[in-house]
Amino acid sequence: MRYLYYPGCSLKGTGKAYDESLVAVFDKLGMDAKELPGWNCCGATAYMSVDETKAFALAARNLALAEQENGSDPIHLIAPCAACYLVLNKVQKYMAEYGHLREVIANSLKAVGLNYHGTVKVRHPLDVFVNDIGLDKIKAAVSHPLKGLKVASYYGCQVVRPYAEFDDQYNPQTMDQLMNALGADAVDWPLKTRCCGGTLTGTVEEAGLRMSYILLKEASKRGANIMATACPLCQFNLECYQGKMRGTFGDSIDLPVAFFTQIMGRAFGLEAKRIGLQRLFVPVKAAPAMA
Amino acid sequence: MSSLQIQVRIKHQEELDPDFANSIAALPGGENLSRCIQCGTCSSTCPVSLYMDYTPRRIIAMTRAGFKQEVLASNTIWLCASCYECTVDCPREIKVTDIMYALKRRAMEEKVYPKRFPTPVLAKEFFKSVLKTGRSNEGLTVTWMILKTAPLNMLKQMGLGLKLLLRGRMALGVEKMEGDPTQIRRLMEQVEVEEKKTH
Repeated sequence: MRYLYYPGCSLKGTGKAYDESLVAVFDKLGMDAKELPGWNCCGATAYMSVDETKAFALAARNLALAEQENGSDPIHLIAPCAACYLVLNKVQKYMAEYGHLREVIANSLKAVGLNYHGTVKVRHPLDVFVNDIGLDKIKAAVSHPLKGLKVASYYGCQVVRPYAEFDDQYNPQTMDQLMNALGADAVDWPLKTRCCGGTLTGTVEEAGLRMSYILLKEASKRGANIMATACPLCQFNLECYQGKMRGTFGDSIDLPVAFFTQIMGRAFGLEAKRIGLQRLFVPVKAAPAMA
Repeated sequence: MSSLQIQVRIKHQEELDPDFANSIAALPGGENLSRCIQCGTCSSTCPVSLYMDYTPRRIIAMTRAGFKQEVLASNTIWLCASCYECTVDCPREIKVTDIMYALKRRAMEEKVYPKRFPTPVLAKEFFKSVLKTGRSNEGLTVTWMILKTAPLNMLKQMGLGLKLLLRGRMALGVEKMEGDPTQIRRLMEQVEVEEKKTH
């Protein structure tokens, strides 16, 4: 299988620790997944609300660049950010479904010297870890079993909706299986795919803040001592606003929220700095086996 | 005896926009608009419907009936966080999230949204950043959004910005794509050319 890595803009900013820990974990597992040369913004949620066709063309440019790297096998493009994963998949589907859109995008790409034939496969790292690498290989790489760590696996919206075929849309399991393979306990909780508020936390704070708070409160109630996320915006909302939540809701909420790849890195015995633990607002040291 | 006092509570059909539904249904993702059976699954599954002036079910009904003005001025379309729950759950396969996007774009085109409302400003700042550098720069985009919508909030947000900065989670410099960012501008311009050709 030939992989390329599409980090997306957030993983070079607020979600830097996701980028660092993912690359470190790839390395530990002997995976070859270099960064897609010349990648640009995927188009994301905000762009989609200004001009949909342009957003699709932006996403398609990345797919065209990835396709250029095709050898005998098609490229599997790994997109860890939930929004990138959704948009890249969406443009694939929509180009196949809507002839007019396909034509506009194909002609526009051609004008800048690019082509896209629809051969790239967009993959989420959860899918790659569980279905390509396999849990046995992950287990074998564990040097520090995460004993006593109770993880609320939080998938968020756009990893599983509406396109993911690798997991269940209502009760996904891949992250839970991964956490169990690391020696941690995946906590059973019902809000795995409920929205964190997305960009509302920045635009209509009153609504966004409460949506994230509901998730943290429920995870704590279910006995979790850490929450694992698979999306840079979810991680940002759930972690960086906890101080504000304490003030707004008069609650003592204080739950570490880490990228699932940071938790993997910890179990693999990787150095804290390599997996970006120092970048977290809520220190993970308090959680068992994470110090 | 005085007669019963009445007033028109909703619009007469002649006051509605008969083309509104078709213009939305014609966009990618809008095709199943007319299949709605008003079951309300979208509204019950929506995590933000409790704040909306019209629930998603009502927005679909009103869009279909031609209540253009009310739909475009509603807070509903700006509260949609694009979680796709309604799209996945709709028994009639209506892509509700895509319809919300289409309505947001229409509202921006027609400039009907609350003044100083941050969402459209955020979207436009995002667009500008990508056009210039090929990437979205979170720090700059959000800073501009705050300055343009609620400059007094800048002070409140500075603590968060500083914390991000100290942890290396916000780049001070501008993140640029590798290669030639003008290719992005040319690609976007070509999309406009191609769209005109096919219309």
